[in-house]
Amino acid sequence: MRHALLLLIAATLIACGPRHEEVPRRAPSERVTVTGAGQQIDALRRGVPIDQEASPVLLPRVENFDRPRPVNYEMQPPTIPHAIDNYQLTVNTNRCMLCHTRSNAEKFLAPEVSDAHYVTRDGKVLEEISPRRYFCVQCHVPQTDAQPLVESRYRGLEARSTSETTR
Amino acid sequence: MTRSGIWNRIRSWLAPYWSAIRSPSRFYSLGFLTLGGFLAGVIFWGAFNTAMEATNTEAFCTGCHEMNDNVFAELKTTIHYNNRSGVRAVCPDCHVPHEWTYKIARKMQASKEVWGKIFGSVDTREKFLKMRLDLAQHEWARMKANDSRECRNCHQYDSMDLTRQSRRAANIHQHYLGTGENTCIDCHKGIAHQLPSMAGIPQG
Repeated sequence: MRHALLLLIAATLIACGPRHEEVPRRAPSERVTVTGAGQQIDALRRGVPIDQEASPVLLPRVENFDRPRPVNYEMQPPTIPHAIDNYQLTVNTNRCMLCHTRSNAEKFLAPEVSDAHYVTRDGKVLEEISPRRYFCVQCHVPQTDAQPLVESRYRGLEARSTSETTR
Repeated sequence: MTRSGIWNRIRSWLAPYWSAIRSPSRFYSLGFLTLGGFLAGVIFWGAFNTAMEATNTEAFCTGCHEMNDNVFAELKTTIHYNNRSGVRAVCPDCHVPHEWTYKIARKMQASKEVWGKIFGSVDTREKFLKMRLDLAQHEWARMKANDSRECRNCHQYDSMDLTRQSRRAANIHQHYLGTGENTCIDCHKGIAHQLPSMAGIPQG
């Protein structure tokens, strides 16, 4: 009996000991950079020799400065000027609306969502955000510091209007 | 059998033990008994704490599939598991108080969880999701009542450099955390696990 008890305790303690998973670690292989990165989107290998593999480009960082960006065209959904990492936006909860809901916007100094977001498809005004507007990131997205792959000659609303006035 | 009858039986059964405890030692010296008692105490205390610490490890917590497949899997994508500096929280960092008195109290409450394990109260994902709101509310209530003590074991307001936080975070921490008006859990629900349906639950 006593032996069995001791064995049981020993087994429990061993089972609870730290479990380390062996992960083979190796230094990253030498960088193979894409020549003229950003400009070549047509070629499949982007100028990398056939016996080499291009190193992945660095992940862009989300801009997190909390100041609203100007919009580029009329009725553009404003972009999100902050990081939204791990903000849960699921069927259960909408963490965006923690701050951007009408009742909390003032408390958190957050811009509140417009009245249109409370209106259903049938024109009924709801107390909470309308289901058709629920998934914020369907229209509103954070921005990163990524370089555009190709040059864009599109000029936003602001740039256009200033050039028009000077003309 | 009458009540006094039971008492008499218990008394007659205990009587020899009681008289043995009351009478002075016949063979062992006072030194042996005190030193031996002290050593036995040290060993008991060490074993007790070691066993308790063994239940305070991630390996122990995630030994059950209930924890491993639900909450631990969800933790892995969050900043408390995966971040730039590699400092991370394990289950008991947040869910078990670090001070001894509170820890023992929590451990005693946790005996209910052993019951749950034995009878499989959340042994499928569906059962777990159904109970998630209840379980979450227990943790929110605990955090609210103790002023988010387990958060503050690591995150101390006095050591927060507000200038290194984003503007909105700095502003809100200063106004609501700094003044003591709110505590961490009031805003930071669901930072380490997925949230249950939050309809009708006051937040922020």
